[in-house]
Amino acid sequence: MTGVVSYLVFFACVVLILGIVTLGLNLQWGFTGLFNAGVAGFYAIGAFTHAILTAAPQPQYLGNFGLPWIVGVVAAMAATAAAAWLVGVLTIRLRGDYLAIASFGIAVSIQLVTLNWEALTGGSQGITRIPKPLAGVFDTPLAFNLWYLALLAAIVGALYVALERIVRSPWGRVLRAIREDEAAAIALGKSARRYRLEAFVLGSTMMGLAGALYASFIGFVSAFDFLPIVTFQVWAMLIVGGSGNNRGALLGTFVVWGIWTASGALVTKLVPPTYAAQGAAVQVILIGLLLVLTLLFRPQGLIGEEAVVSRHAKD
Amino acid sequence: MFARLSPTEPLLLVQGLAKSFGSLVAVDGVDLAVREGTITGLIGPNGAGKTTLFNLIAGTLAPSAGTIVFRGERIEGEPPDRIFRRGLARTFQIPRPFPQMTVLENLMLVPLAQSGERFWNNWLRPGAVAREERAARARAMEVLDFCALAEKAQTPAGQLSGGQLKLLELARVLMIEPKLILLDEPAAGVNPALIETLLERILALHRRGVTFFIIEHNMDVVMRACDPVVVMAQGRVIYAGSGEGARRDRRVLDAYFGDLPE
Repeated sequence: MTGVVSYLVFFACVVLILGIVTLGLNLQWGFTGLFNAGVAGFYAIGAFTHAILTAAPQPQYLGNFGLPWIVGVVAAMAATAAAAWLVGVLTIRLRGDYLAIASFGIAVSIQLVTLNWEALTGGSQGITRIPKPLAGVFDTPLAFNLWYLALLAAIVGALYVALERIVRSPWGRVLRAIREDEAAAIALGKSARRYRLEAFVLGSTMMGLAGALYASFIGFVSAFDFLPIVTFQVWAMLIVGGSGNNRGALLGTFVVWGIWTASGALVTKLVPPTYAAQGAAVQVILIGLLLVLTLLFRPQGLIGEEAVVSRHAKD
Repeated sequence: MFARLSPTEPLLLVQGLAKSFGSLVAVDGVDLAVREGTITGLIGPNGAGKTTLFNLIAGTLAPSAGTIVFRGERIEGEPPDRIFRRGLARTFQIPRPFPQMTVLENLMLVPLAQSGERFWNNWLRPGAVAREERAARARAMEVLDFCALAEKAQTPAGQLSGGQLKLLELARVLMIEPKLILLDEPAAGVNPALIETLLERILALHRRGVTFFIIEHNMDVVMRACDPVVVMAQGRVIYAGSGEGARRDRRVLDAYFGDLPE
């Protein structure tokens, strides 16, 4: 029984962490129409920044400064914001598919750097001994995970409320106008580049925050946590749940991650170890199938976009 | 903010303006002036370069050569958002609403330099943002009333009829009290009753001092509203003068009907 409960708590924590990533992508794609295919890269920058700053010192690493948890979280967001700003300035003129290709390439490059810069990131070994916040206070892993779940719930709740408010502000109204007809928004005096860049940086910063929260939850990060499949999963979460709807983004995260972990458990149980690689591929196929079925039969996603109206423009 | 205009200097002055796409010369050395307080018409056969000219003036396209002076300042090559902020507004031939946003929101988007357009002001100065939003809403309702769209305020813009979308195009730019409005075929595809509404609104705005530059194929509208009329053919201005004069002008007739026998 305890086993099931602790697993569910662990599962819920991961859903909330990935939920932050999906909310960030929703701001970029769902509300502004920016095709960011480099989600995993920004998630990785957040996770590694946090790990490098907070992990317990080890002689063979450049980083591992053993700094406090909160410093790691804030720095992870700052580093991701800076990276997103740089990427944004270079690519923000690109439309649709071109932005997708550029951001995908950048994310792959970031992943390769984390894999090969061993002195900083531990390479394929990754970084271990990342401290968990207030871990000393709790005597069992379950107690810690429950505290962490509460912390994550508070963060996701605050982000959700803030996002709901900001998409209904004049700022959010410009984002929605750019998504619907960028040329018209520009002809009406709006500097689309500025808003695209702001939405890109803000959404990516949320991904960086999620990376830091992931690193300090698991206590370990490696380059293999940030393969392009992560980007694919987050996109599936957003599309399945309902792009342009923050509740949809969270619901989609829950559904897709649920299917991912359940199918993973099933595969481990049913498929003999010699076919483990094929078994893992089944998981990816399932998510792909879910994505295709959603696009075919419910393109708006489970919840679908809601009509967002500025706070002061309602009836 | 702007250089003061001498009484003789036109509001908009275009000189030697040209635009080519590869070997196609769409606008070929256009000179024209739009004087303050006029409704200047722009007519000409299809492919004459009228919409390209509008795109050059509004900044959607950068000219290959030539100058555009608006209120005494050169604006050629500036991005469209900056030109709009100067008070030079344009509407699109095929309306471009924000379809999922309500008609009211389509308008409330438009006012310039809103505090709430800055991300942080929504958290740090919510009072100022709310005040401006209320003012923008009141202004939008006035404009919607004026444009006979008040009943549609809460309707998603994508659900409007073709004619209502034309009115929405006009309503949106009226949110900033522009000095010059470029209208690209306002009457095209609009039913006759709505054309009357539209024309009435344009004339009422004109009486309030707004200057218009209008591309229009509906000759009834052109003759009733526009003075002077500029005629373009094959990328050049071939006539500028009264509407009546254009009807009798040899070059204009040739441009529309091919070379007529003497």
